[in-house]
Amino acid sequence: MKMNKKLYVACSPRIAARKLGEEMLVMSGQGSTLFTLNRTATILWQAADGATALDEIVESRICSEFEVQPEEAMRDAEALAEDLAKHGILLISEQPIPKPIASVQESR
Amino acid sequence: MPGLATQVERYSVVIAIGGVAVRVNTADADFLAMLEDRYAGFVSAEERAAFDFDVDLTRATFANPHADVSVTHRSGRWFMERGDFRAEWEPAAHRGWIHQSANPYSIDAVLRIVHTLVLAKQGGFLLHSASAIRNGKAFLFAGVSGAGKTTISRLAPADATLLTDEISYVRKLNLPRQGEDYVAFGTPFTGELAKLGENTSAPVAALYLLAKGAENRIDPVPAADAGRELLGNMLFFAEDQEMVHWAFQAACDFVHRVPVYRLTFMPDARVWEMIG
Repeated sequence: MKMNKKLYVACSPRIAARKLGEEMLVMSGQGSTLFTLNRTATILWQAADGATALDEIVESRICSEFEVQPEEAMRDAEALAEDLAKHGILLISEQPIPKPIASVQESR
Repeated sequence: MPGLATQVERYSVVIAIGGVAVRVNTADADFLAMLEDRYAGFVSAEERAAFDFDVDLTRATFANPHADVSVTHRSGRWFMERGDFRAEWEPAAHRGWIHQSANPYSIDAVLRIVHTLVLAKQGGFLLHSASAIRNGKAFLFAGVSGAGKTTISRLAPADATLLTDEISYVRKLNLPRQGEDYVAFGTPFTGELAKLGENTSAPVAALYLLAKGAENRIDPVPAADAGRELLGNMLFFAEDQEMVHWAFQAACDFVHRVPVYRLTFMPDARVWEMIG
């Protein structure tokens, strides 16, 4: 993935997700696999609207939360996004992603 | 003039579990008698049923009732298959059929699957758990095989009504006073006790996740852990995306509303002093 290109991320419409307590649980419809997202992944997940670029999410949501340098945070966020995409629960594109048929996200 | 076709006599029994009545039709009187005996307490005198299943009995062949079951959905129909049966169910037509030999295990599996599918749409579920009513409230005791479902059922005091020692039936209902609430029903789905649950129901007061230990204690369980463990204990058959989502939402809704605890217990009756 090239650093100079804008990347957009969106939650896959093929999953269901809920925040229970402090943890985000995500269930993939394929194979009924259940994932638990850590704090960083939860922030990325909640901001993944398909319209906001990944670098903007990193700058506005992750750097401010974790006091980390933008370059380092961006590298980690790209790796995280790729990992989530590999499991089929996040979509990545170099173009904005049309709003998916939203998965439900609620808090306990 | 004699008729060209022989009229085959059909027999029927309505089995109502969790308030959902299924009529089973068969041409075999002995099979019917076996069903009436197997599901005694859950046989309904009502004529009306939500679904009809015709059972076509085949010759008995060796088949493993513990083999994996396949449940798929195509064109509005559910197809269920295991080594010992094949079944099809069309919910919109309220009809289905089962090919099986004259044994109680195959139809029991079909009923569990059908009820799981019916409940999923309504936010309910079948759960690997014992359950009992005490002081008008239902308590669920969940765990995998060996976790203590049978033990906690055996230890239940005389004032507790056992709903099941193996598979709990949980529905989300609108109750007259409480509004929307989870209600546990008795089931004929038995475990090691081989004793049918009582055909009654009560609002669910708590879910206990069982663990055997050196003392009796109750600890709260964080919501996410509760959701994960609940999902791990839910009966789930269909590899269908919509069903997966319903089951997931049902589990999350349940732990949002019902207290979930870890119940560590010794195998003696004192554990019940902490329940109810």
